[in-house]
Amino acid sequence: MTGEVALSVKNLKTFFYTNNRCNKAVNGVSFDIKKGRTLCVVGESGCGKSVTASTIMQLLPSLSRIEEGSITYHAEAGDIRIDQLDRDGKEMRRIRGSEIAMIFQDPMTALNPVYTIGFQIGESLKYHTDLSAKARHAKVVDLLANMGIPEPERRAKEYPHKYSGGMRQRALIAMAMSCNPKILIADEPTTALDVTIQAQIFRLMDELKEQHGTAIMLITHDMGVVAELADEVIVMYMGNIVEAGTVDDILRRPKHPYTRALLDSIPVLGRGRNQDIKSIRGATPDPYQRPKGCQFSPRCDFATETCSAMPDEEYITETHRVSCHHYKDISQHD
Amino acid sequence: MTESRDVILQLRDLKTYFALRQGVFQRVTGFVKAVDGINLDIYRGEVLGLVGESGCGKTTLGKSILQLIRPTAGEITYHGADGTDGAVDMCCLSDAEMVAYRKKLQIVFQDPHSSLNPAFTIFGSLQDPLKKYGVKSKKERRKIIGDLLEAVNLQRDYMDRYPHEFSGGQRQRIGIARALSVEPELIVCDEAVSALDVSIQAQVLQLLMDLKKKRNLTYIFITHDLSVTEYICDRIAVMYLGRIVELAHTEDLYEHRLHPYTQALLSSIPVADLDRKTKRIVLEGDVPSPINPPSGCPFHPRCRFAKDICSTEVPALRKVVTGGKEHHVSCHLVDDTVTAA
Amino acid sequence: MANSALNRKFDRIRALEEAGELKPLTGSRALRKMMNNRLAMVGVVIFLIILLSAIFAPLLTAHSPTKIDLRSMLQSPSGEHWFGTDKTGRDVFARVLYGGRVSILVGLGSALLAALIGVGVGCYTGYKGGILDVIALRVSEIFMSFPQIILVLLLVSIAGQSLANLIVIFVLTGWGGMYRLARARMLSLREEEYVQALRSFGISTPMICYKHILPNALGPIMVNITLTTAMFILAEAGLSFLGLGVPLNIPTWGNILNVAKDLRVLQNNWWMWLPVGMVISLFVLSVNFIGDGLRDSTDPSQQG
Repeated sequence: MTGEVALSVKNLKTFFYTNNRCNKAVNGVSFDIKKGRTLCVVGESGCGKSVTASTIMQLLPSLSRIEEGSITYHAEAGDIRIDQLDRDGKEMRRIRGSEIAMIFQDPMTALNPVYTIGFQIGESLKYHTDLSAKARHAKVVDLLANMGIPEPERRAKEYPHKYSGGMRQRALIAMAMSCNPKILIADEPTTALDVTIQAQIFRLMDELKEQHGTAIMLITHDMGVVAELADEVIVMYMGNIVEAGTVDDILRRPKHPYTRALLDSIPVLGRGRNQDIKSIRGATPDPYQRPKGCQFSPRCDFATETCSAMPDEEYITETHRVSCHHYKDISQHD
Repeated sequence: MTESRDVILQLRDLKTYFALRQGVFQRVTGFVKAVDGINLDIYRGEVLGLVGESGCGKTTLGKSILQLIRPTAGEITYHGADGTDGAVDMCCLSDAEMVAYRKKLQIVFQDPHSSLNPAFTIFGSLQDPLKKYGVKSKKERRKIIGDLLEAVNLQRDYMDRYPHEFSGGQRQRIGIARALSVEPELIVCDEAVSALDVSIQAQVLQLLMDLKKKRNLTYIFITHDLSVTEYICDRIAVMYLGRIVELAHTEDLYEHRLHPYTQALLSSIPVADLDRKTKRIVLEGDVPSPINPPSGCPFHPRCRFAKDICSTEVPALRKVVTGGKEHHVSCHLVDDTVTAA
Repeated sequence: MANSALNRKFDRIRALEEAGELKPLTGSRALRKMMNNRLAMVGVVIFLIILLSAIFAPLLTAHSPTKIDLRSMLQSPSGEHWFGTDKTGRDVFARVLYGGRVSILVGLGSALLAALIGVGVGCYTGYKGGILDVIALRVSEIFMSFPQIILVLLLVSIAGQSLANLIVIFVLTGWGGMYRLARARMLSLREEEYVQALRSFGISTPMICYKHILPNALGPIMVNITLTTAMFILAEAGLSFLGLGVPLNIPTWGNILNVAKDLRVLQNNWWMWLPVGMVISLFVLSVNFIGDGLRDSTDPSQQG
């Protein structure tokens, strides 16, 4: 089962139309999410990683649309084209929660303060399963216990304000996992949490992956998180995938100048005081004034005239792909 | 680096409590002990890192040092350069007397989106402090602000733009320029790079180190990111529930982690290097509330080495020597844990 | 498909964007949104027409609003008297124009004065907090708990009817709302980091709260001023209709309406109350449109 494709995205383009402008937030990305694997999507703010996630869940704001491409969910009963479903249609609502679940960055605002935690988790079970009220309660307590929440029986009856940040994120994961979704999309789930709590959540996510074979798509900006959790990695920049591969491919053999620059620009714990950090010059461009061709070219040390045309994705190995005109020349420098 | 250096700030038994009020008559029902008895010397020209998780009081400590929050008790003694200004306990000063010292101590904030006033141009935001400290002519103020913007690698004419025209990294540079405008001796960087994208974070860190060299600054670097502190700090103080649990030179702290909390904290940081994966010590439970901190050692309910003494007696910050250097730790069991680590 | 209009709009924007014809937006986003708001612009036009014709009343009509002409009593509208004449032969059109001056002055003047006091107090105490804030809050509650009409009756019976009295009452009952609004904005704005930065430089409190924070709170305050203006104009009309507002010898919209208390006038002389009634409604409506437009354009959470 592990490694089977659960969801495939092909040449997806999602554009935003706010303020009478067109922002090509996601401009042609393709990837697969596989069962029992963690796919990490990394990139800086504005690179389109969160938009990709909300596109899969069809949770986009009204002034935006999917322009091209396909999102195919490989369900047991056959493939479902998510991009062709009605945003708020019955089928989409069924998929959300019971097939694909999502957890968000801020556990403080993702729970409704006027209902108990138990009620909010039970709510999802009520819509997606036909369990009796008693069975639902038992399941809620069971879920909370699995998430490592002490005294789940009592905690289920409490309101969100009694929970700390880490506990809320666990409750949200419990809610997301309540209907045994095949895919879990986590959008920066630990950014708002402390490192010691983050470690607890990571342990939990690894358990989910191993015990339930859940396919996880984890969105993050932290290369450390990638190293800890990822099986496969996608690096995004300005709406495009610049490089994708296994975690070894990306962290040990990065090919794209952006991935290399990104890895060189972060201080790594344990490398001591005199580690060499190189910053990337300039800033991410304004999404309304995008450079021509390769989006990274204005900040890239290896850019030439050919970079004003968009590079094609090339496969270096079966798993490792990169979109750069010069990746071969660059790796010769090593 | 010698141990007997020039002290710029001396904190003695510093406490900052926030009163909890309830009911119609606003009765005080308890205290949040955000900073609970800190003793610390800050040396001229060093970068001191204050690290810890949210709610450990590191930001409150930073703001207390600047008297943005008045401490409840204790002393913060400022020592002028070469003894010219004498030593002054800033906690005893009135707001008016404090003005003279505001010039010496400055702060850079975390959020580049709220740290600049959206209603004013950069010049408009930065000119009032200069006016306050006696730069009378507008022409001169424009010159000074232009120079400052150049010092943080921005263009002079940016001063007539509004904050929304800048990116996060640029705003953070402007925030640094503002802090530099009164030529301070010490700058508190409160999570100054935490909200920035990683590629921009490196630019700002390098700028800070550059400025330190050129202007002979002292930094107190408050952050939760221990990878950054390792890169930038000379000494690091680890805080937990309003107290310093460990204080050491950077290399020492990373090599000889004495306090169990520091060990867990360092081991839970995700490292972007597949060859350096360490075994993670996952702490159970959450940080206790600073309203009712645990008795004895504040860390004992989560500590895997905790003994009876830990729940009854508060450990003092003691001096030990590791690698030939001073190392302070507050743990009853420090010898036991050294062998365990 | 229901979304086809939206899809067409998206296609158009995308084509323009790809042709490189869309320029970066310059100028104030709030202003741009206001200009794009049709209802608000209609409001601005109506508001300006009424305001300007009140200000330039002498140029628009040769008649005096107060001159009694017994030879031309109760005339219906004609080329000479556009809105006809009233029971004492005064030209109703002239009265509506000149009356607008007083009514708008009362409405806008009271709203501005109330804002001045409310914002002045709210800004400082909201920023400073502590005991001062508690006192100001309680005082505003006391003022806001008095019924306006009782206050008017009280003041009219003590000090007599006058324009100034009316404005004083409006300001007394109206500043509380402004105060609360300003205070609420201050409570959130004072936590912004640029405020902390100013404090770290030792900048004085009035300087911080009036010069640096207040400009950021102006959006909602402007909205409130427009809506309060509309409310006060209606209140003036209502009170004058009851004979408690501005003295009857001064023409105001409310005083002109006053004649409609007479059932015979209501039935036979429609020109004496219908035009002025419509002007009041139009003016208040336009002010409300402007207020709503301002609110939408200054609210950063609304995209468009």
